[in-house]
Amino acid sequence: MSTTAPTALGAPRAPGAARPAQRKRRPGRTLLRSAPLLPAVVLLGVFLLGPVISSLYGSLTDSSLSGASAANAEFVGFENYASLFADPDFPKSVLLTLVFLVASALIGQNCLGLGLAVLMQSSHKPVRVIVSTIVVTAWVLPEIVASFAAYAFFNDGGTLNTMLTGLGIPGVNWLYVFPMLCVILANIWRGTAFSMLVYTAALNDVPPEITEAAEVDGARGWQRFILVTVPMIRRSISTNLMLTTLQTLSVFALIFVMTGGGPGTDSTTLPLLAYQEAFRFGELGFGTAIATILLLVGAIFGVLYIRALKPEVD
Amino acid sequence: MAAPRGRAMKWLASIVLIVIGVIFLLPLVWLVLASIDSSASLSVKWPEAPSFNNFITVLTPETSLIPLANSFILSAGCAIVTVLAAILAAYPLSRYSMRINKPFLYGVLFGTCLPITAMMVPVYALFVAFNLIDNMGGTILFLAATSLPMAIWMMKNFMDSVPISLEEAAWTDGASAMRTLRAIVVPLMRPGIAVVFIFVFIQTWGNFFIPFVLLLSPEKLPAAVSIFSFFGQYGSVAYGQLAAFSLLYSVPVLALYVLVSRLGGGSFALAGAVKG
Repeated sequence: MSTTAPTALGAPRAPGAARPAQRKRRPGRTLLRSAPLLPAVVLLGVFLLGPVISSLYGSLTDSSLSGASAANAEFVGFENYASLFADPDFPKSVLLTLVFLVASALIGQNCLGLGLAVLMQSSHKPVRVIVSTIVVTAWVLPEIVASFAAYAFFNDGGTLNTMLTGLGIPGVNWLYVFPMLCVILANIWRGTAFSMLVYTAALNDVPPEITEAAEVDGARGWQRFILVTVPMIRRSISTNLMLTTLQTLSVFALIFVMTGGGPGTDSTTLPLLAYQEAFRFGELGFGTAIATILLLVGAIFGVLYIRALKPEVD
Repeated sequence: MAAPRGRAMKWLASIVLIVIGVIFLLPLVWLVLASIDSSASLSVKWPEAPSFNNFITVLTPETSLIPLANSFILSAGCAIVTVLAAILAAYPLSRYSMRINKPFLYGVLFGTCLPITAMMVPVYALFVAFNLIDNMGGTILFLAATSLPMAIWMMKNFMDSVPISLEEAAWTDGASAMRTLRAIVVPLMRPGIAVVFIFVFIQTWGNFFIPFVLLLSPEKLPAAVSIFSFFGQYGSVAYGQLAAFSLLYSVPVLALYVLVSRLGGGSFALAGAVKG
């Protein structure tokens, strides 16, 4: 269990905790026994499933926050989607979201997280403790605080430019000139701890005999890592790629605080676009269409995730 | 043979780690230094006259005490609702083998994958329809619903590790399932329950987007949202005060994180906590 990210799911299950065998099914007993599920089912049904279904439907109506269509929205079919795809902001936003996902989650957080986990294995203990504390702190901080810290770091008069000036390099206004680069780096800074923890756990599960055997067989450092270690933790890698992608897909506050999606729409990823369309411009149907697309993307990852985990969830 | 090279590798690894650690530390250093600098700007500098004036300035009811109290109400309320619903749900999932267990658990797992950011538009519409906008109770219930999937999984795993043999005796004596749950299972899994509670608390404490969309009145806003308006409201931001308030707001969750790692759920329990 600890080889996969859903360690997120809690403590390892004890092998001895078998459920009592149920021999005879009496009608009504299952109903009675599943009664404690009710509060959870109601909460999940009303507040998660309900909105998902209404999102699917709402994206097919012309509802808005105010005006005539706020009271009785009309069914407009795929009109929202049609105008969504016709709107130049949407493809741009999809592209920016992809760039953000690939650069910050798939490459940045995963590679840096794995790199940190490997380095920690072969470093001095005090260094390991201090560095992992720093990395984890950036992650445990409330997202709004982390966003401010990143904003202050990249700001025109901020820490980065102060340091660059000190080195004799002229700084630029990072948040205006390279908004995507800033939010990508900030998201790597904030999110790497998760991958680091997952990979540290995975590496600890690799039996030392195996890497030692590979060493005896003459495999050098890099070779040993690529040919022996990586295949052994590949399940952790795939689940982690999926989880970091999902987390990054819903990043809002970081971009909202650092750039507000700007300048113009140069860092407007899909969550920001959905927010702006729905709440700032009152185009609820339009915003819901974007939200629905995001939910579908999440759903696809959800299915993949469950498939990957299946053997472990008996 | 291998020893000197191994030692060199060890030093190299440590040096690379230190460099990465320093880079990761830089944005945090600003937060700390600016908070004790009454003339703080956005760049890192050593304060000329370090003082706690910024903290004293922001420690007023309007600026930080009410928002922090609101954060506490939202987080504690959400954690209580989540933990109660999760304990109840985990019991049949852990103790009986029923046909609905598997679909239910898969459904819940699937729920953990939904991007909450994307849900805010339909949730807002739902809250408007139910007249729940700017309602703390409604917000707490929605926050609880978003934390439930992960909480149910964690709780079921903790419950699975409580041996069932202890309950069997009680069942033989005629105790009901709910009674054994309360009298035997819950006391035995107190650390697990604490981990889930803290985990949900931390997650809710840091949540910005949900209260930002669902709550409106200034006197109901939690710290996450009030810091943001504090930041956005004035042309020239008092950065020192902003940093001081940010630290006041962050310290409780950092402390809880340390506590939860001591309790043993630690980093793993929290590994799922970063969802929006």
